[in-house]
Amino acid sequence: MTTQDERAAAANAAAAAPRGRRAPGGGKGGGDARGQRRLAALLLSPTLLVLALVIGYPVLAGFRESLYARGEGLDESGFVVEGTRFVGFDNYTAIFSGDPAGAFWNAFGNTTFFTFTTVILETVIGVGMALIMHRAFRGRALVRASILVPWAIPTAISGLLWRWIFQADGAANALLRQQILWTADGWPAKLAVIIAEVWKTSPFIGLLVLAGLQMIPRDVHEAARVDGASAVQRFWSVTLPLVKPALLVAVLFRLLDVLRMFDLPAVLIGVNQDSVETLTMIAWFEASNLRYGSAAAYATVLFVYIALIAYLFVKLLGADIIGEAREETKRAKRQKARRRKAVQA
Amino acid sequence: MTASRTRTRTRRILSYAGIAAVALYCLAPFYWMTVSAFRRPQDQFDNSIVPVRWSLENFTAVFQGDNGFGRALLNSVVVAGTTTALTLIIGVSTAYALARLRFRFKNALLGLIVATSMFPGISQLVPLLKLFTDIGWINTYQAMIVPSLGFALPLSIWLLTAFFRQLPFELEQAAMVDGCTRGQAFRKIIVPLAAPGVFTTAILTFIAAWNEFLIALSMVNEKDMQTATVAISKFTGVSGFDQPFGTQMAAGVIVTVPLIVVVLVFQRRIVAGLTAGGVK
Repeated sequence: MTTQDERAAAANAAAAAPRGRRAPGGGKGGGDARGQRRLAALLLSPTLLVLALVIGYPVLAGFRESLYARGEGLDESGFVVEGTRFVGFDNYTAIFSGDPAGAFWNAFGNTTFFTFTTVILETVIGVGMALIMHRAFRGRALVRASILVPWAIPTAISGLLWRWIFQADGAANALLRQQILWTADGWPAKLAVIIAEVWKTSPFIGLLVLAGLQMIPRDVHEAARVDGASAVQRFWSVTLPLVKPALLVAVLFRLLDVLRMFDLPAVLIGVNQDSVETLTMIAWFEASNLRYGSAAAYATVLFVYIALIAYLFVKLLGADIIGEAREETKRAKRQKARRRKAVQA
Repeated sequence: MTASRTRTRTRRILSYAGIAAVALYCLAPFYWMTVSAFRRPQDQFDNSIVPVRWSLENFTAVFQGDNGFGRALLNSVVVAGTTTALTLIIGVSTAYALARLRFRFKNALLGLIVATSMFPGISQLVPLLKLFTDIGWINTYQAMIVPSLGFALPLSIWLLTAFFRQLPFELEQAAMVDGCTRGQAFRKIIVPLAAPGVFTTAILTFIAAWNEFLIALSMVNEKDMQTATVAISKFTGVSGFDQPFGTQMAAGVIVTVPLIVVVLVFQRRIVAGLTAGGVK
């Protein structure tokens, strides 16, 4: 404890010294850089500690776990061994080509299918909503409020709500005058999940795009109109490019969120159902049956898949989630350079 | 003249129709949940748009029997509330450092923190489940709160950093010139100015934590420790096979309506926060 205090005192003294030296001039920045760095380290450490514990540790421990298997097995000399043993990449080879391969590829296919269909649908519907809301002068507040309702309902609850709507004698069938067993299996179940997911999230895309639309200056559109561009042309070559940055970030977030989908299909259809099982669900099912090794293997594969999609998305389309921060640094650097030039001159 | 007037009129009618369509799309399922909650249990499968007879039976049923719903609500409040409080305490200091102080790798660090929010929750689960089993944390509040921090922190830090950047830096410097220490300047100048941003972040964090399902489902196997979302999904009917939809819809209304009220009251702020962060 005392050593820590001493160290802190020394740090304060060190930080104070250069500040004292340039005190009368009072030029901002520069001098107390070391103090700033120290303060930054102090302020950042709790976050880094928490993230290391609940994100960093699980990644490593999960990977290690995926190399082990639990339960009975035979060792090289044919003896039965119990407990956890090292199996190398067996869990992975089993996923890709062993007995559970069918289940894995099914879950992988479902995850990918849900991701692409829902993201495309909710982007189209969301952009449409944004255009409608942008048009309307009155009633915008009302619509904005109602748009937040699907977002605020917990996903598990909306799963239940849609399960209720998709009952055999529920509202959906009454409306369609059909007898579809939505929640049983097969394509109706997939469709039910897609409908429920799109309902919950497309308003959200709409909200973000609306915010993007409102930042476009009016005269840009006026100019395009004067130049004789049709409404469709104006949308494609003026509106869309200008809202693209906001839209890309929204789509990236949606993409990564659907890839790890669990609550909605688990509550709406149920776990361990071939038609809607996603990678998160299959990993959860393995874990709840205490097959930790293969659960960790599924989770690791999903983690890599998500990282890959995020990387590709950012590389190919250039979505920039910390764009604002980067701009700021650039601006600061430019200013500094300018100031230096001024001093030299 | 008249032609253009009819055109503006049709355009206005079309935009109202569009608005109505959007509102209907968003609200109809929620309306159905509310209406179903107010039906009598024997009218449950009635598909009329307004209940034949309104009744509160489903709502009383929620709190009766072995559902343990009151306790589940309390658990949700404790878990979501503590997650929010801890996230704000840790997040504000980090966001302050990221927005105000100068040090190397700042953007890389912000990028790294934001990137952790894209991490799939299931990857956390197995290692933390084993760890918490070993240290006896299963069926405790902290087993739900600590993993949730991993998701709440990155997004709130991102939001708060954006908010802090918008604050005028000069005020804080002026205070320091007037003899405040950096800590005092932070407490007396920055904290009050940042309050709206912090408040917005708090709402968004609380809603996200309140809606959490996967962790709460896995870290707890005792009924007394379940959060509301998990408890509702596990409600059992009288017969044990039928899903008690009326009761579940009533419970759904109970956990959703407070959020919706908050959302309506603080609409502007929430939209500002959502669009600043692109939060799911």
